[in-house]
Amino acid sequence: MIFPKQHGVDRVISVLFWIVPLLITAIFIWILSDIVRGGIGQLNWAFLTTAPLDTGREGGIAPILVSTLLILAVCLAVSLPIGIGTAILLAEFTPKQNWFGLTVRRSLDVLAGVPSIVFGLFGNAFFAQTLGLGFSILSGGLTLACMVLPILIRSTEAGLSAVPLEYRLSSASLGISRTSTLWHLLLPAATPGLLVGLVLGIGRAIAETAALIFTSGYVDRMPTSLLDSGRSLSIHIFDLSMNVTGGDANAYASALILISILLMINAIATWLANKYNCSYD
Amino acid sequence: MTSWFKHHEDLLLVWLLRIVAAIAGVIMFFIVGFLLKESLPVLQKVGITAFFTDETWNPSEESYNLVPMIWGTILTTAGAVLLATPLGIISALFCQYYAPKAIASSYRRLIELLAGIPSVVYGFWGLVALVPLINRWQAPGTSLLVGIAILTLMILPTIALVADATFAEVPQEYLLGASAMGLSNWGTIWQIVLPVSKSGLLTGVVLETGRAIGETMAVLMVCGNVVQIPDRIFDPVRTLTANIALEMAYALDSHRSALFVSGLLLLSVIIILAIAIELVDKKWA
Repeated sequence: MIFPKQHGVDRVISVLFWIVPLLITAIFIWILSDIVRGGIGQLNWAFLTTAPLDTGREGGIAPILVSTLLILAVCLAVSLPIGIGTAILLAEFTPKQNWFGLTVRRSLDVLAGVPSIVFGLFGNAFFAQTLGLGFSILSGGLTLACMVLPILIRSTEAGLSAVPLEYRLSSASLGISRTSTLWHLLLPAATPGLLVGLVLGIGRAIAETAALIFTSGYVDRMPTSLLDSGRSLSIHIFDLSMNVTGGDANAYASALILISILLMINAIATWLANKYNCSYD
Repeated sequence: MTSWFKHHEDLLLVWLLRIVAAIAGVIMFFIVGFLLKESLPVLQKVGITAFFTDETWNPSEESYNLVPMIWGTILTTAGAVLLATPLGIISALFCQYYAPKAIASSYRRLIELLAGIPSVVYGFWGLVALVPLINRWQAPGTSLLVGIAILTLMILPTIALVADATFAEVPQEYLLGASAMGLSNWGTIWQIVLPVSKSGLLTGVVLETGRAIGETMAVLMVCGNVVQIPDRIFDPVRTLTANIALEMAYALDSHRSALFVSGLLLLSVIIILAIAIELVDKKWA
């Protein structure tokens, strides 16, 4: 009322502030409806359970789903113990200004920003060539493990630091060792944070493409060992849409499956995070 | 140190954890080391300047000019950051100050979902939806323009979520004071909220820039990948990341090594950005 002119500006600005979110929402719906419309017709039980034919134009994605799961399994088997261990050390056993803790932390901060294609180059040079694993599910999974570590460590650490200090103090005053305190008190209390990290890590690993092209490779046959090359779902979408003319229909269906898995993972993460916030409020 | 631990098992555990943490901490150094090692052969052979002064990018003929790809990365990134920053900040302001609570929280969820769509799906959608659209207007469709559009969507959540968290930290008293002095909504935002939040916003911009520079699949799929410095926004371009993804499959010897040089270049930019974030934090902390 004191600055009537500004209030005129105000009205214009609030219109703008509603238009932008509406626009972004519209684009989101556009993307999602495109993928659903293009993919839903292709989708049936046979698509999930048969092998691709004619370089993916026909047939299903069974071996690709298996490879994706195996890559994910390798990734988690390696990254979970390292990630949780590192988080415990940083949160529970390292003073704030300790040089080792600071170095690890800084190194992980940089690692979190490294582009996935650079992880791909590294994985190719280190796991595939230097360690001699070749283009294999093992190389791909190990490369992804390096990639998801920062997320895992961050959420596990957040989960641990949300546990009240009194737990540690009362446990110490009872003469209980820190190992038992950790095992019986802190880790159970920090489980929600740990799960959020796990779910986010799985999401990032499943969505990844660039880091896998030169580590786990392109082969779309059913893998028989971890040393076989295996094509992930994301690479399948890439290959069908870029290198296979007439592959769009199956690319749509694969994209629909990938998006559905990720939306489900996202919902689980949100649910866990909400639950976790409530329990400490 | 040992005086902390009254129990032997604790000492064992701590050493175990230290080993594990050392593995996690050393990965970054391994990545730098291996990129250097793989880059060295070509760097020793032709030197670093060849990557900027050679005639063309034609590694089989010993010609390694990366400049067109560097321009590709700079133009796509700059375009996307210029678009995503205002859109992201407006999104965050909308959530904090304009939208009713329920709408704000569902819009926040939508932004999170946008962040969760994999880059290969963005690329695929760009290829089947946007490229034909632009192609009808300005052939060939695969272009800098579509690259910028897709990248904008991909990095928008980064700046929006960081800005949202930053605005949530603005002390309530500032807003009450502004309102008591009769400042309009927009006046409060422009003169109080934004200046107070500038370090957080700057961090968000640096983060989204890093994400845009490193993005591979989406730009690879929609940019057309022609090695050239574009004259118009409708021309195809090839970014540094797309160049690696396209050629690694068949690159040998010096060619392969040259691709690792471009990886090293990307990594150096990312490390510089990480240092920038730290400086921003320190300066305004």
